[in-house]
Amino acid sequence: MLDQASPLRPKAGASDDERVIKLAVLAVGGQGGGVLADWITDVAERNGYIAQSTSVAGVAQRTGATIYYIEMARDTGRLPVFALSPSQGDVDILIAAELMEAGRAIIRGFVTPERTTLIASSHRIAAVSEKIEPGDGRASSEKVHATAEAAAKRFIAFDMEKIAAENGTMISASLLGALAGSDTLPFTRESYEQAVSAGGRGVKASLAAFGAAYDRARGIAAAGDKAAPKPAAESKAVPKVSGPETLLKGWQELAVRVAALPEPVRDMAGRGLRKVVDFQDIAYGGEYLDRLDKAVALDDADHRYALSTAAAKHLANAMCYDDMIRVADLKTRSSRDRRVRKEVGVKDNTVLQVTEYFHPRIEEFCGTLPVGLGSYIENRPNLAAFLDRRINRGRHIRTDSFSGFAMLWFIAGLRRWRRRLLRHKVEVEHLERWYELALAHARENYALGQEILNCRRLIKGYSDTHARAQSKFDRVLSALPMLEGREDAADWIRRLREAALKDEKGDMLDGALKTVATLD
Amino acid sequence: MAERSFAKEVEKLRLGAGEEFAGEGILAITKALLQCGVGYVGGYQGAPISHLMDVLADAQDILGELGVHFEASASEATATAMLAASVHYPIRGAATFKSTVGTNVASDALANLASGGVTGGALIIVGEDYGEGSSIMQERSHAFAMKSQVWLLDPRPNLPSIVKAVEDGFELSEASNTPVMLQVRIRCCHVHGHFIAKDNKRPPMSVADALAAPRRDTGRIVLPPASFLHEKEKVAKRWPAAVDFIKSRKINEIFGSDHGSVGIVMQGGMYNSVVRALQRLALADTYGDTDVSLYVLNAVYPLVDDEFLAFCEGKQAVLVVEEGQPNYIEQAFAAMLHKAGRGTKLVGKEHLPMAGEYTGQVMLDGIGSFLRANAPHLLPGEVRAPNKLGEGVDTADLINVVPGRPPGFCVGCPERPIFAATKLVEQELGKHHIASDIGCHLFSIMPPFELGATTMGYGLGPASASAFNSPEAKRRSISFVGDGGFWHNGLTSSIGNAVFNKNDGVIVIVDNFYSAATGGQDILSSRASNRTKSTKHPITEAVKGMGVKWLRHIDRTYDVGKMQATLREALTTEEKGPKVIVASSECMLNRQRREKPLVDKAIKGGERVVKPKFGVDEDVCTGDHACMRLSGCPSLSVKSLDDPLRDDPVASIDQNCVGCGNCGEVADAAVLCPSFYRADVVHNPSRWDRFLESGRRAAIGLLQRRRESRRLMFADA
Repeated sequence: MLDQASPLRPKAGASDDERVIKLAVLAVGGQGGGVLADWITDVAERNGYIAQSTSVAGVAQRTGATIYYIEMARDTGRLPVFALSPSQGDVDILIAAELMEAGRAIIRGFVTPERTTLIASSHRIAAVSEKIEPGDGRASSEKVHATAEAAAKRFIAFDMEKIAAENGTMISASLLGALAGSDTLPFTRESYEQAVSAGGRGVKASLAAFGAAYDRARGIAAAGDKAAPKPAAESKAVPKVSGPETLLKGWQELAVRVAALPEPVRDMAGRGLRKVVDFQDIAYGGEYLDRLDKAVALDDADHRYALSTAAAKHLANAMCYDDMIRVADLKTRSSRDRRVRKEVGVKDNTVLQVTEYFHPRIEEFCGTLPVGLGSYIENRPNLAAFLDRRINRGRHIRTDSFSGFAMLWFIAGLRRWRRRLLRHKVEVEHLERWYELALAHARENYALGQEILNCRRLIKGYSDTHARAQSKFDRVLSALPMLEGREDAADWIRRLREAALKDEKGDMLDGALKTVATLD
Repeated sequence: MAERSFAKEVEKLRLGAGEEFAGEGILAITKALLQCGVGYVGGYQGAPISHLMDVLADAQDILGELGVHFEASASEATATAMLAASVHYPIRGAATFKSTVGTNVASDALANLASGGVTGGALIIVGEDYGEGSSIMQERSHAFAMKSQVWLLDPRPNLPSIVKAVEDGFELSEASNTPVMLQVRIRCCHVHGHFIAKDNKRPPMSVADALAAPRRDTGRIVLPPASFLHEKEKVAKRWPAAVDFIKSRKINEIFGSDHGSVGIVMQGGMYNSVVRALQRLALADTYGDTDVSLYVLNAVYPLVDDEFLAFCEGKQAVLVVEEGQPNYIEQAFAAMLHKAGRGTKLVGKEHLPMAGEYTGQVMLDGIGSFLRANAPHLLPGEVRAPNKLGEGVDTADLINVVPGRPPGFCVGCPERPIFAATKLVEQELGKHHIASDIGCHLFSIMPPFELGATTMGYGLGPASASAFNSPEAKRRSISFVGDGGFWHNGLTSSIGNAVFNKNDGVIVIVDNFYSAATGGQDILSSRASNRTKSTKHPITEAVKGMGVKWLRHIDRTYDVGKMQATLREALTTEEKGPKVIVASSECMLNRQRREKPLVDKAIKGGERVVKPKFGVDEDVCTGDHACMRLSGCPSLSVKSLDDPLRDDPVASIDQNCVGCGNCGEVADAAVLCPSFYRADVVHNPSRWDRFLESGRRAAIGLLQRRRESRRLMFADA
């Protein structure tokens, strides 16, 4: 139940019966906060309360952060004076329809430890600013959780969006369930359900989500208001594998080599091995482990084999570059077909048509030619431009049709000749340069070697994006001569890499490089 | 078709005397208009008043039954000019729009209307868009009332008070022959509450009656010498009549004790916040009963001298709570006290901020500060010397964590590809000066697009680029205007102006078939049939009629490549004069609202329906997010893979995707990556569909099995 922990007493004479209950909903536009506000108002009125709700409709609804505000007081025959927007330090119940909105509520002072019950859905809707970073720009959910625990009188958080989706409805239903289950309002469960039923649309699904969230909120409340811990990721280091006998035998031999690696490296090496074998073949897996062995030879248990683990990870990524063959291979697998059908929700009585969006350029074309022929074309700009005009355009390919599928299937089949193709030569040279550089530095400065390995993270994307990534990678490593002999060289490379992941063009990186140039 | 339908709620407008009305503020205002026997209503949509227009549009049957004429005006100027019907005829009329932007547009008509004065009550209901959630420059409507000398009501924000203000407004207007503005703040428009209804009244004289018996009086027309007489009439006759009415009808209210040494004067709209502050200072109860004297100005202009002076009688200090600046009311009261030789100390902006919304905290601090300085004895001990409360949690860290979340384009918005194309053209040709306009398309100034340098007013995008027209220029300006702005004002002020002045810039008209930003109301070029309005007038025809020679029409904005090529051509062509591109695709929010029920019904009914959705192959996506830097679609987001080999989250498309095509087109036009696919699900497939599918799947399965039997297969690869 609500307490009266307002720092100031209500005016003498105002009994508990006349107290105003203040409830704010912070949501992202489009989440159905209006429906929730209407339900809560309805529940209050059904229970002999006078309720007032307000909102700011309009532009703010379009995916922007928005607030609904409700005040209610027991109907004593006189009209209370209600406020039209929430005040700092004066909110009893705060419902956040998304985790960062809970954070925003705390920042805005709407959550106070003396009185506020904070009910938040723990799911995330990434803001545009979080999505557009080339790296991982997402805000820290842990930080919000931790602060919310301290800031609220009670903190009830679980994924209410998931509950809604599982029941085929909007989050407003599960938010209402969590509110009812929190027992903060003096209303019965039935009256909430009546309000939902009176709404008239999608009642069954809404009630199901309401009920699931209600139970969950009660369970959590009993368990001490803690959010459920994430189940630990299952290890996929040792995958189940099937195939022709000869290949399985080859795989077993490689698996034995992985098992012989120092324990801390094994998991990553197992995953990496699987990725490269899947990319090319058993022999490629052998090459991977040969390379990895060089790092292991330099490594030791004192460092928890961190260098080797980084090598296991980034070697695999570097060896599995994104060429046309790989893309065609991934897009023609039966497992991909199954995944698309699951994601789209194809049922037995429907037919699926899939269109792929490709835009090949002369660079991709040459990369898929034998080394000699590819280089010949690339070294003749006029010829390359001529061919580019014929190749370089968007191609929408239907992979549910036989001809479209067969074309990709054929390209994927080029895999067996991949080692002789131009792109492979370029990639291998690049990889060797980078890997040797990292290992050479690791001998002098272990941490620096590790950071150079980690710079591989910068290389991603296709076409222009890939070229830009490559340039960032080169720019970061261009700082190495300037950092020669410095103890904090590894730290600087890490900072440069992080700066490079902040924006598209690498403006932050250029700034950071200038700083490095001024170091003495 | 408006975004929100009030078809069900408008039935509440039929409530009779004694019945209880429960609903939103705007609906209550509409009901009040009908109870007052209004003869005609017009207005222009825009938050917070959009829903009032939507309510009226949905209530046309009820209005028709009562003989009330309703007009969805072309602009606020049109709406205000319409009130001319009350100049000579005793017909009550009302106009409504968003303020202060709408009042700016209306001010020509407003000044003329105010000069001649009115016979029938003329009420202008302005939605004051000030404070949190506002999308416009922060100014006050008060200044317009002062300069044109029309009266301004600012009722307490509860349903009975705003309903009463509508009634008072008409009577005040008639008693003083002056138009009256009624100001309702943004949250008041959407407040849910109750009031006891009265019967609706048919207008005693309808517009049809007026047309049957026309009247004129040159004394009411704004022409010399009458206009000079109008000014004198305003101060000699109309003002005193208004003051008498406000005083005798007790429009302003006094609450609390009448013998205290301090008092608080406030705009009516501020009353609830003032009481809330007093409640938190333990000086008022739930119902607003308090020992502090309160003088509530439901009429903020004109002010009533002797009423105020009487309130100040015996008081040492009075606080004026007046939101926004300049502090007109405070200045006027200070002058009254000074001229009357009173010793009462008048304070206002010393305790409250000069600018910005008076939020709960601001009010608590301001009133607390005023009382501590002038009447500490009233305050309980814990307020005067509060025990130090816990510092609360430190949110400094959190501020750096929680991302900003400004509004943006909806899922599948047809304007997104226009700005993706603009960004791509700028990558080719360099940065350009871009002038923006009011409307959803203004979201282009936000990430990820970050396009647009100014916004000068509705329909004024191209006009605001008109200075950038020089024979020496190497680059052309680009300007945007929406279809709403185009019909509001843009056709003449922007297009006509560009033609006449031989402007060489590029103008993009963003046509989404509605006035979308204000809630999806129909406009001239809407392609929907509207029962009461004439639609389907193409923008291209209007532009041609204005004399534009270089005109391109793109009828599917999702074609990013075509959009890009057209923009490139416009920026580089040798042709002189304005280059106009009309980019048309229906507002997705409205389209979904219209089509989704139909599609669902068709699927249930067994019809063949193809539903598109986009997806991302997570193993092909490398997580560089280039696609999101050209999209910002809420449906296209990031997700982590359960794979320690991958550091960065990959792109992912959620269930809200409407399959607009932007992702694929952008990936194609910008040569991004091959991870996007479009999945078309054919519901209720035909026999041919099934036959084709089974054949294809058999053949494809054959190829897949052939390859997969010869390689290693990992359990979940």
